[in-house]
Amino acid sequence: MTSADLIEKIVQVLIGLAVFAAVVGLVMFLVDRAPKKRRDVVQLIAFLAPAVLLLGAGLVWPALRTTGLAFTSRSGAFVGFENFAWIFTQEDALITVRNTIIWVVLVPLLSTIVGLAYAVFIDKSRGEKYFKALVFMPMAISFVGASIIWRFVYEYRQADDPQIGLLNAIVTAFGAEPVRWLQEPPVNTFLLIIVMIWIQTGFAMVVLSASIKGIPTEQIEAAQLDGTNAWQRFRNVTLPGIRGSLVVVVTTISIATLKVFDIVRTMTAGNYDTSVIANEMVTQAFRAGEPGRGSALAVVLFILVLPIVIYNIRILRQQREIR
Amino acid sequence: MSSTLRRRLLLPIAAAGIVGFALTGCTGDIAAEGPDDCSDYEEYGTFEGAEVSIQGTIIEVEADRLVESWADFEACTGIEIQYQGTQEFEANIEVLAEGGNAPDLGIFPQPGLFSRIAQAGHFVEAPAAVEENVDEFWNEDWKAYGTVDDTFYGAPLMASIKGYVWYSPATFEENGWEVPEDLDGLMELTAQVAEEGGDDLKPWCFGLGSDAATGWPGTDWVEDMVLRLHGPEVYDQWVAHEIPFNDPQIVEAFDAVGEILKNEDYVNGGIGDVRSALSTPFGEGGLPILDGECAMHHQASFYEGFWPEGTEVAPDGDVWAFITPPADASGEQAVTGGGEIVGAFDDREEVAAVQAYLSSDLWANNRVALGGVISANNGLDASVASSELLTQSIEILQGETTFRFDASDLMPAAVGSSSFFTGIVDWIGGDDTQSVVDAIEDSWPAE
Repeated sequence: MTSADLIEKIVQVLIGLAVFAAVVGLVMFLVDRAPKKRRDVVQLIAFLAPAVLLLGAGLVWPALRTTGLAFTSRSGAFVGFENFAWIFTQEDALITVRNTIIWVVLVPLLSTIVGLAYAVFIDKSRGEKYFKALVFMPMAISFVGASIIWRFVYEYRQADDPQIGLLNAIVTAFGAEPVRWLQEPPVNTFLLIIVMIWIQTGFAMVVLSASIKGIPTEQIEAAQLDGTNAWQRFRNVTLPGIRGSLVVVVTTISIATLKVFDIVRTMTAGNYDTSVIANEMVTQAFRAGEPGRGSALAVVLFILVLPIVIYNIRILRQQREIR
Repeated sequence: MSSTLRRRLLLPIAAAGIVGFALTGCTGDIAAEGPDDCSDYEEYGTFEGAEVSIQGTIIEVEADRLVESWADFEACTGIEIQYQGTQEFEANIEVLAEGGNAPDLGIFPQPGLFSRIAQAGHFVEAPAAVEENVDEFWNEDWKAYGTVDDTFYGAPLMASIKGYVWYSPATFEENGWEVPEDLDGLMELTAQVAEEGGDDLKPWCFGLGSDAATGWPGTDWVEDMVLRLHGPEVYDQWVAHEIPFNDPQIVEAFDAVGEILKNEDYVNGGIGDVRSALSTPFGEGGLPILDGECAMHHQASFYEGFWPEGTEVAPDGDVWAFITPPADASGEQAVTGGGEIVGAFDDREEVAAVQAYLSSDLWANNRVALGGVISANNGLDASVASSELLTQSIEILQGETTFRFDASDLMPAAVGSSSFFTGIVDWIGGDDTQSVVDAIEDSWPAE
């Protein structure tokens, strides 16, 4: 590439931006000039159309096509439910489904409990800001970055060599043999889950902490006057008060967990019985050249996410009605 | 212009300017210069303002050398070649071809993918000049990889040889060990090293780690054994799924490899036990040879680039390699390896000219002289290669050698780049051979 090429490319980008601005300006102008009678309708269409078109092209159509592909073989022939049958009969695929279930039960539960406990304990304490920042920090690390960090924690060296992994260093300090943490099912799946919990706890803590602060002090004082102890106050005042936020936190983390891919990919690449649906989906569709199986896994994933999303929306709507 | 507006504009403009200047640093500003003598290129003709686009998986330094290898050709014929290298080539090319957006030429590292594209009817037949070149310069094994359903579509490009056994000549000499001539000799040597080497020196070391492709070095082992124990016919049947993956002959090959790789007395020198290979990156698998903790390491010719800087690769240097020996010392040598095949999506004259040039001995010599690679082209002068090992590899390819493509590149991707890899991981992890080959057989796609 020469400087001339570069200048040409920059000019192209600038022209592109200018054309975009001109088109948007023109549309705005025309919409503004629309006949008075139908101006509302015209404006509605003009402003909704880009979003609808992009959603259609970027979300709806691919979703439909993926669903279609899920019923075809590698050569594109219709095979009915064969790909789904494969998911629920192959031993490896079954392990994948099982692992996903373990993930989606443990991660939201544990990160919410830990995050909530932490939020309650540091509430109104001195240095609350710093305690919060400490736990929230992992949220800022990408999943791949976090996985690399934790892979070092679980690193294995043979017995006589110095252990560079924290976990094995601790284990050997107590005189035990070092363990290949990431290669030992079933413990390796739980070790991967810890990474996800480590990341998501910060999210749960921040949202719940904000929510706890939103509980009216009158209610807590009233409960205190009634002679409740701390646990009773927590159970009967705090928890009902933050129910909405709890649902949001649990569902958001559940969806993120169902989609988890980066952690598994980076730490074990799905080997040693640690694969999850999202990882297997990519492996089948792009490595194994079996788009049908990959799509079928994507559809299963979609079906699993769907009820959580619906529940989430319903709770949000109920709350809006209460308000 | 008001001062606030000016201030508001100043920062973005300054930032854009800095970015612009910084980016000019990325540009080369190299003017092309032509060769003094164009007589070598006369046969390809001259073209005015013709462009040919090529895509492939070759990237970085290798791509630069590839582009350099046709610089003279471009200057003499007037054809401008646009090369685009991307690792997503294999994943994208089918989609591009179906959408009519394929490049003029594609460089395919996998014959399986090549034949899939050919069967879908996207290729044009190879021009006569290309077929003449291939008949003249390549043996039949190679021509077969460019032939689909009796139609010849494309010539091979470069090659690599797998199945080298790396060792330290000094260690061998000290202990009086000899390079074995047949597989039995290899096993005897292994047993001898295990006995004489003591605690610090084990016969073999290996690493299988390669992120999502973890396990592939093990597939090379198995392929080498299948080819050597049962010959090219069985190898071809295995690849084409005419015999199942769990055929007793394949199990036998697995077990022959297992005698070494799954034997705690034989591996994993300088690294740990058998399973330590799973977490050892494949590039580090052979390094204990340099520390004298491991005697042998099985890896392709490209492993030359993995030795630390300053390591001398020569018959009397720090490390050297011999080809995994044949089952019978007097029998014909057979090697596994890889390579590329060039397929054309367009039959314009300039495309045919480029295709003909890439299949010629002229190109092979030009490219190999730039270093790092070899070709199976018989018109290639072995001495132009950049290292002794590459020279030796070229001689092996040009000699009376049966060549077979890496089986995992030929099998359907569901096996060749997926279940075969994970199968090796499970197998080294402790699963028995039969259950592993059964699982791989189950994963073979239906049609």
